Amino acid sequence: MKPGRVATFAAHELRVAFRNRWVVTAIAVLTVFAGVLAFAGSAPTGSTAADPLTVLTVSLISLSVYIVPLLALLLAFDAFAGERERGTLSLLLTYPIERSEMVLGKFAGHSVILGCAIFIGFASAAGIVLLDGKADLAGASALLRLTVTATLLGMTFLAIGYVVSAVVRQATTAAALSVGLWLIAVVLFDLVLLSALVADDGGLFTRHIFPWLLVGNPADGFRLFNLASLPGDVAVAGGVTAGAAGPSPLVALVILVAWAGGALLFAIDRVRRIEP
Amino acid sequence: MSASVLVLDNLCKRYGALAAVKDMTMAVEPGERLVLVGHNGAGKTTLFNMVLGLTRPSSGNLTVFGAPAGSLAAREATAFLPESVAFNGALSGTETLKFFARLRGEDVACVHGLLDRVGLADAGHKAVRTYSKGMRQRLGLAQALIGSPRLLVLDEPTSGLDPVSRKRFYDIVDSCAARGTTVLTSSHALTEMEAHADRIIIMRKGEMAADGTLQSLRQQTKLPTRIRVRAVSAEPVSQMTKELDGCRINGQAVEVVCAANRVSAHMKSIAAFGDAVADVEILPPGLDDIYLHFSARNDGDDLP
Ligand SMILES: Nc1ncnc2c1ncn2[C@@H]1O[C@H](COP(=O)(O)OP(=O)(O)OP(=O)(O)O)[C@@H](O)[C@H]1O
Ligand SMILES: [Mg+2]
Repeated sequence: MKPGRVATFAAHELRVAFRNRWVVTAIAVLTVFAGVLAFAGSAPTGSTAADPLTVLTVSLISLSVYIVPLLALLLAFDAFAGERERGTLSLLLTYPIERSEMVLGKFAGHSVILGCAIFIGFASAAGIVLLDGKADLAGASALLRLTVTATLLGMTFLAIGYVVSAVVRQATTAAALSVGLWLIAVVLFDLVLLSALVADDGGLFTRHIFPWLLVGNPADGFRLFNLASLPGDVAVAGGVTAGAAGPSPLVALVILVAWAGGALLFAIDRVRRIEP
Repeated sequence: MSASVLVLDNLCKRYGALAAVKDMTMAVEPGERLVLVGHNGAGKTTLFNMVLGLTRPSSGNLTVFGAPAGSLAAREATAFLPESVAFNGALSGTETLKFFARLRGEDVACVHGLLDRVGLADAGHKAVRTYSKGMRQRLGLAQALIGSPRLLVLDEPTSGLDPVSRKRFYDIVDSCAARGTTVLTSSHALTEMEAHADRIIIMRKGEMAADGTLQSLRQQTKLPTRIRVRAVSAEPVSQMTKELDGCRINGQAVEVVCAANRVSAHMKSIAAFGDAVADVEILPPGLDDIYLHFSARNDGDDLP
């Protein structure tokens, strides 16, 4: 493995993403959504006890859970299936490179794009809130933690997207599968858990199994970690997460990192098997 | 033995019930310009894909410069121009070549010389999306020349090139071969390959139907040579036709078909006509004829 070649692949991926307006699109999407949340949150709501920056962080957590995995999958689905379909992959694979270098290079390039988009989006939202002058900088560390873990969440779904892209032959199939995975991970999974909770009515499932299932899903683990690390006593109605009293937030973070690493290793393994 | 560039030993590739490449055994020596010809689906691309490590043989052995095909060492020595080469359309020709140069660990400064060599110096800054098919093909060649590879694999390289570009293409490839690069080409453009082939392999349904130099294949086929005599006027033509035992192809010309070893005898009779002869053409069987001869042999069944 040569770091130089990983960097070459990363720079290539960045350049292509710039040309195809991917970078601008990702930044615009996150900035617009985060900005809307910032304006909505800073509207006078009477006696809000909580600090505006913390309120913003709470809304950005919910936003990230939906939008970051989607952006990541959209960046990743084309990575191998698309190159294979267009015929650019076979030439690359005859070069004296290791396939892991290609995967890691694409991963690095895409991660930089996601990280920048997330940072710029969240920073502009924070700017809007801070301009108001009523915010307390104590909430800044939670927002910073959110920015870092949202990027980590994105990287996890990038790696999952690569696995999908490496196992199917057509880019359209990869796209469809990716959207399906997104629906399962951030929508259906929670719905199923919620209905199980209702059916169980505080039984064994609710107390012992549910908390682990929750942190097992990278999207929910991400939400759990960030909500748990909010300052003070913020009343949170954060979907399914409320009421869970299982593994510590740190465990959720470790599981998130394990998902990212595991999926990346799996993607490398799948890419090694590609016969273009 | 280990000096061979390429060693195939009972090489087979099966796709389900179909044997795309069957029992090929041969060795390719350094500096050889080897041309592979064969009908569509004969297995040329499949053989190349195995040489490049893009697909694994079903059985048999294949080494490139003594290393297993597809290994890092084999890929370091090999460059490839695919059948229909594709690049990322968003990047310019220069950016594309720089990317490939970096992957090979070569100095990116070489790309300007390469673009110039393939005649793309003025188009280097344009997005590859805007390139014509021939321009993409030339960019493909430039890519394959990065770092002076010891083995060049070219899959139908001149399809889509205009005559001037073709000539330039062969000049470049021949100059590589002159410096010791082994060149493996597949082509359907048989006539134009004649001058650029040291060795020809005719593939038929995955098998090697013939292997040799143009001369040796000619001898094997025993195909006749044609002699075309054009007279200065129409008068001596009927006498020529009779004496040379040829047939008249138009008012002023006669064609004689004879075995290769009878050519000199015929030339003597032609010389006897003296000034009545305007010009003489000797046409030995071309690769086209040889190819047809070998693919028509034992042809009870139809080609795909
Ligand atoms: N990936 C594959 N899966 C199944 N069959 C394949 C595959 N690749 C090639 N084949 C089959 O193998 C045979 C040889 O194909 P190949 O592409 O090597 O032919 P070719 O000599 O390059 O033909 P052409 O002159 O048309 O390029 C064909 O019958 C083809 O259908
Ligand atoms: Mg082919």
